[in-house]
Amino acid sequence: IHHITHNGGLYKRPFNEAFEETPMLVAVLTYVGYGVLTLFGYLRDFLRQWKIEKCHHASEREEQKDFVPLYQDFENFYTRNLYMRIRDSWNRAICSVPGAKVDMLERLSHDYNWTFAYTGRVIKDVINMGSYNYLGFAQNTGICKEAAAKVLTQYGAGVCSTRQEMGNLDKHEELEKLVARFLGVEAAMTYGMGFSTNSMNIPALVGKGCLILSDELNHASLVLGARLSGATIRIFKHNNMQSLEKLLKDAIVHGQPRTRRPWKKILILVEGIYSMEGSIVRLPEVVALKKKYKSYLYLDEAHSIGALGLTGRGVVEYFGLNPEDVDVMMGTFTKSFGAAGGYIGGKKELIDYLRTHSHSAVYATSLSPPVMEQILISMKCIMGEDGTTFGKDCVQRLAENTRYFRRRLKEMGFIIYGNEDSPVVPLMLYMPAKIGAFGREMLKRNIGVVVVGFPATPIIESRARFCVSAAHTKEILDTVLKELDEVGDLLQLKYSRHRLVPLLDRPFDETTYEETED
Amino acid sequence: MDIKHAKDYLYWLYYQYLLITCCYVLEPWEQSMFHTIFITVFAMVVYTAYVFIPIHIHLALEFFSQLLGDQRESTVAIMK
Repeated sequence: IHHITHNGGLYKRPFNEAFEETPMLVAVLTYVGYGVLTLFGYLRDFLRQWKIEKCHHASEREEQKDFVPLYQDFENFYTRNLYMRIRDSWNRAICSVPGAKVDMLERLSHDYNWTFAYTGRVIKDVINMGSYNYLGFAQNTGICKEAAAKVLTQYGAGVCSTRQEMGNLDKHEELEKLVARFLGVEAAMTYGMGFSTNSMNIPALVGKGCLILSDELNHASLVLGARLSGATIRIFKHNNMQSLEKLLKDAIVHGQPRTRRPWKKILILVEGIYSMEGSIVRLPEVVALKKKYKSYLYLDEAHSIGALGLTGRGVVEYFGLNPEDVDVMMGTFTKSFGAAGGYIGGKKELIDYLRTHSHSAVYATSLSPPVMEQILISMKCIMGEDGTTFGKDCVQRLAENTRYFRRRLKEMGFIIYGNEDSPVVPLMLYMPAKIGAFGREMLKRNIGVVVVGFPATPIIESRARFCVSAAHTKEILDTVLKELDEVGDLLQLKYSRHRLVPLLDRPFDETTYEETED
Repeated sequence: MDIKHAKDYLYWLYYQYLLITCCYVLEPWEQSMFHTIFITVFAMVVYTAYVFIPIHIHLALEFFSQLLGDQRESTVAIMK
């Protein structure tokens, strides 16, 4: 079940990652369900085509019917016939700060999710298990808020220019020095949007004649940046070091496809924590491979910065490696710091090059001052420079919450993917009807979850993704676990065939009493 | 109380059937259509089983007993 690897002393701690196999019966029934939905989809499309039923989706005007079709109807088959039916679990409107509990606007649909109407009622104190609020800095009270409000009165909200023109404030310089100190690198540069950090900077680093080796399950921003750069892209299997080594060997031995010249640069793109699987990258092995084959490493720590490591410095600290081994350390401020934007850290020459050559620096608006103040205060808090141990407590609480939540879910019998230490917890649902049912049942019990289906995951492996936060107290987690137990029995979600033996060191609280009653 | 338990259990079974066959997400008229087709197919399977399985089992048993019976007769003939 648990793969504990001690790879020649590269790993200083056990690496427990598990992806339990889909049970055969569940896979067959999932395909049956998708088959039924496909048949009904064809039927409804037929009725819509022959005007027996009203067509709600976009279509051309009568005069344009003879032209080349504007809307590719077949490609949207899945959207029209499955996504629309369970659409009420997504895009729910929130009307308060996304902390541990959140307020939601209630909405109804009278024509099976094609249009929604808000009833005007607010569902208060929904437990929020979907926000990327790992350290709990998404708050509207406290020191972050005071400081951000002061900066707002001083600088205003907008920057109104790009970084290279008039958008370079003194706060940007201060923030970049702090980020460099936090990560342990020579210099850093910040950008207004996390997605654009990846997609606009990879084209500046690699070009034609270079090779990009990217993980199977990389985020859309990395894929977009890689495609925009024009380099050759080769994919290795998710977190599989043998596959990566084979690709590296082939690249060095055979060179470019037709001319057999050596590649100008080989760049390996990996993420710290993969948000759909909850797995952590095997960084010691990647760094060893990178050094052996003399290639460069681009590490996207969007979810792992602040969430892993003893002091929250990310996946590099989690494995005890040297930050200088990673050539380009990228991350975002959206997840653990409660703000917005992204950064890239590395050697001074690299950052100076990016200041002139990055598309984001030339064309995109820079970070807004109150957002920067939020990042500054939260980062200082995590580092402990504001004089309290609040930051360190948050990081520790997150680690405890993560381990507790994952262990309890596994004991209950759910199939959970990913590494033991990652705060992203995917719970497998598999069947398409259960995606909609799960979202609705949890909302009835006042818990908000994020469910994910086909385009983001393989077709049979749909899941519900929980993001554990330091803002969740033990009582909140226990409530969620109790409701999950009920919903798991109601919807028959406990597929796991490996029953974990409950550890004897379980904390002695009310939940233990409840379970010994039956 | 028992009737209530039984009814709840039956409703829970119906809910599982809706979830597994994805009828849960279909509109009511689609659900009725699917239920009709499913019940028809199921009834046909049950009827076919009722009509053909006893005859097939009987024929199979006869075949095998004939095979074994022949063996016995042939060894008896040789011994004679």
